[in-house]
Amino acid sequence: MFVIRIPRYWRSKGFRYRLEGYRCEKCGHFHHSPRLVCRKCGSRSIRRDRLSQTGRLISYTVVKSSTPLFEQYVPYVVGVVKMVDGSLVVGQVTDCDPEELREDMQVEVTLRKIRVDGENKLIQYGYKFRPVIE
Amino acid sequence: MQKVYIAGYGLTKVGEHWDKSLETLMAESALKALDYTGLSRVDEICVSNVYGEVLQEQLVLGSVLAEELGVSGVPAVRVEAGAASGAAAIRYAVNAIQSGITNVVLVCGGEKLTDGTQEESLSLLSMDERYEVAGEIGSHFFSTAALLYRMYMRRYDVKQDGIASFSVISHENASTVQHAQYPFKIGLENVLNSPYVAEPLHRLETTAQADGAAALVLCSENIARKLDSPKVLVSGIHLATDFPNPFDREDPLHIQSLAASTSSLLSMRGISRGEVSFIELFDAASILAALSLESSGFIPRGKSGEAAMSGRLSLNGELPINTFGGLKARGHPVGATPIYQVAEAYLQLTRQAGKNQLDNVRFGLVESLAGFGSSSVSILLEEV
Ligand SMILES: [Zn+2]
Repeated sequence: MFVIRIPRYWRSKGFRYRLEGYRCEKCGHFHHSPRLVCRKCGSRSIRRDRLSQTGRLISYTVVKSSTPLFEQYVPYVVGVVKMVDGSLVVGQVTDCDPEELREDMQVEVTLRKIRVDGENKLIQYGYKFRPVIE
Repeated sequence: MQKVYIAGYGLTKVGEHWDKSLETLMAESALKALDYTGLSRVDEICVSNVYGEVLQEQLVLGSVLAEELGVSGVPAVRVEAGAASGAAAIRYAVNAIQSGITNVVLVCGGEKLTDGTQEESLSLLSMDERYEVAGEIGSHFFSTAALLYRMYMRRYDVKQDGIASFSVISHENASTVQHAQYPFKIGLENVLNSPYVAEPLHRLETTAQADGAAALVLCSENIARKLDSPKVLVSGIHLATDFPNPFDREDPLHIQSLAASTSSLLSMRGISRGEVSFIELFDAASILAALSLESSGFIPRGKSGEAAMSGRLSLNGELPINTFGGLKARGHPVGATPIYQVAEAYLQLTRQAGKNQLDNVRFGLVESLAGFGSSSVSILLEEV
């Protein structure tokens, strides 16, 4: 919350670096974090899977006020992206002026610096979205 | 099952209480509630507070409040369900009284956000979503609200004026309320000209840091008969949960947990939506007022803004909402907020709402949310 707990951050690296999560083998629902039970259908049959590398921006906002960890980065853009399988992923949108943003634009996943932790100088990387150049 | 009554309330003004600690604020509201009902002891205490272990580095707030009130020894716990904690605490008390194991429960909610910075408060508010896919990537409570807001305007093809009008209604209603954080009116142009927190959500469509405490005395019918204070019947209280992040749900613009809690509440009592006299709802961001009204079936989808601008939701309208200013203008001291909501409904139903008094009130509905409905609690209160 106000500080980064490194083991916790490390545990979520699959989704953060590769949009790798856990898909229900019965109903196909995707979860961003490890699950024992599908939250949608209750099945216990779950396998590791990755989301698509592209998607469609369905909503976005320019963040002007932030939490302590992101204060030095405002303003920045956060968007909701509909991936090929229909899952929605919230993430920062980069390489784009806010004025150029529009709903339905195609975006792709890119690995970027998310922030530098002031406390321990840890550089945190993770997925962001950027427009697909057509 | 025992019937449950609210027999008393106590409120502190919502604001910045630099000179008072969390426990002093809570004790102040609790003593007001006890004095109001003429009780000096209760069977149990249930505390609602959300951020105490972070901002005050304090747990065991049940024991702390019992000590403050000089009643150490009574059973006392703290209940947590995010921003709906106060409503979950009331539910705990209602269940305990209904079961017959206890007769009088003091429910006290308190929060002291000004012990932290504004940025920290925003971080805390965001804990009602799952952290790894929200807070950790730079998303927060108001940016999620903004994403939903933009989706809403696009889906229903509406302009911002309607949703922004919810702030105007809240301030109008709070302008005559002593315990409100912002007791003054604002116009639609003030809202729309205020800076963006996260576009399209303006500063004046959000809540600010607040301190406050509120308390209620809940009791069984036997005790209610012996007390002289005015009473209100708790006709029902329902809680439902959903995935914490709205974008994980089937439809991010539909708060299914609130739809479920409100529907089952009304059908258990056997009343229609048209019989609800007023609603105290959870406008932690303007768009949440619209999503609440639509999800719980009071207004057709996409039509809330229109309703807000038409005057239908104002104090003299057909379906008044947030009759003391709601979260926006009365204020949002998180752990205490649902207790304020219920106390305000109590004041309406016992004809003690002063300048904000509604005519012909019989059923008051309170809706409290954790985040975007990770937990939703609906409470029906009835005139006796
Ligand atoms: Zn499944």
